[in-house]
Amino acid sequence: MAENLNRTPLHAEHVKLGAKMIPFAGFEMPVQYATGISSEHRWVREHAGLFDVSHMGEFKVAGDGALEFVNHVVANDVSRLEPGRAQYTVMCQEDGGIIDDFLVYRFPDRYRLVVNAANIGKDFKWIQHCLAEWGQAGIELVDESDAVGLLALQGPESEAILEPLTDLDVSAIKYYRFAEGRVAGVACVVSRTGYTGEDGFELYCTAAAAAKLWQALMQAGAERIKPIVLGARDTLRLEVGLALYGNDIDEDTTPLEAGLGWTVKLDKGDFIGQAALLKQKEEGVGRKLCGFVLKQRGFPRPGHEIRCQGKPAGVVRSGTVGPSVGQGIGTGYLPTEWTSPGTEIEIVIRDRAVPAEVVRMPFYKGGSVRR
Amino acid sequence: MAETQVPDNLLYTEEHEYVSRVSDDEVLVGITDYAQSELSDVVFVELPAVGSSFTKMETFGTIEAVKAVSDLYTPVAGEVVAVNDALQNDPALVNREPYGEGWMIRLRLNDPSELDELLGADAYKALISES
Repeated sequence: MAENLNRTPLHAEHVKLGAKMIPFAGFEMPVQYATGISSEHRWVREHAGLFDVSHMGEFKVAGDGALEFVNHVVANDVSRLEPGRAQYTVMCQEDGGIIDDFLVYRFPDRYRLVVNAANIGKDFKWIQHCLAEWGQAGIELVDESDAVGLLALQGPESEAILEPLTDLDVSAIKYYRFAEGRVAGVACVVSRTGYTGEDGFELYCTAAAAAKLWQALMQAGAERIKPIVLGARDTLRLEVGLALYGNDIDEDTTPLEAGLGWTVKLDKGDFIGQAALLKQKEEGVGRKLCGFVLKQRGFPRPGHEIRCQGKPAGVVRSGTVGPSVGQGIGTGYLPTEWTSPGTEIEIVIRDRAVPAEVVRMPFYKGGSVRR
Repeated sequence: MAETQVPDNLLYTEEHEYVSRVSDDEVLVGITDYAQSELSDVVFVELPAVGSSFTKMETFGTIEAVKAVSDLYTPVAGEVVAVNDALQNDPALVNREPYGEGWMIRLRLNDPSELDELLGADAYKALISES
């Protein structure tokens, strides 16, 4: 294992469970427990899984003018966010390229941005830079990533597992809302959000308490719960068409191209990237992120060429064989004229052009998530 | 993770195939427990037609797993006399029983003395403990 990797507060738990640890986003993370990715994946769809996502970053923004500042930095309209609610947004460069995608939580006295692990350093520097330009004293920006632990409890049995461990009325926490309370004696932010397409919760606690919370959830879940790792997190999220930063979106793609136009509120007032995105919206996008399914056996992987009418038209950005859909699925940017569902394309897999079809995402529609 | 199995009675390659002798001139070929564990969930296995012939260390097929795709190499030269059709419907057999029901091809050897060039269990254990 490479040196200088961060470890999450749950490192010892993963090793105890026999996980295979790999370097990921600067952290030493479990990629797979002994049971395998496909069986972990199916377990989450049918029962419940517990994920250590403590590597994610958390920034606090507070003080007078925090709302206006956050709203200036992200593309979604944070002013519409009531306390106790979370919102998905992108944060763009001036040219509309996506710096990161994340959730914004509104607490009564502050905002929390929960950013991708690989982008913690980049995002924090960018927001600091924006804050300096913004020039308003009294806004507090803090990187709390090292102090915060994060567990995701996902799957149709999540609520039943969580309910007896807390005084909170978890059934009253609706999708994209959160509450603060104790879970197994640990002070938590309990958020009904996730990255799997299943019902479930994300539980924020102190890094020091993460292991205690993990053990309590595993014990309470007993035979209904399994620890799940990064490999299955990726297949779960791709089956339900959720974007992964670094694969589906990056600084060279805009939210309008990525099908995330719904997160961009062009009329909310000034924000970074607004002019470029407005222009792109008026002119129309030249390419769009599409989902595809293979019509024959094959395993699409990032970097594979996509052909339209025999000509190179793009590359696969995310790809897998979905354990719940049982076929090769993936995403890629295609010229707009080739993006209608039903369009016949080909994915070049190891010198073989495999027929595929553009489809509307999600690939898997049977999830338990309650929107 | 359960301890990696390296049975003493098999022969091995540096590419993580194993060879199991079934008669004087026939062997079963598959991938080792270490290899299946590194690859994780096997999704497809592409195997050659019965009757095809391969030289030593030629690509005889591919194995697609969730994490990666790998070529499969013939440890010794020979003719394919059988392939494991069960892998078409249940490729995860390679993960569950790499040395049993997860075998891949049965080869009739051109030259049984080529087996002497393969690694024994101790040498293979040493190889995987370095990586």
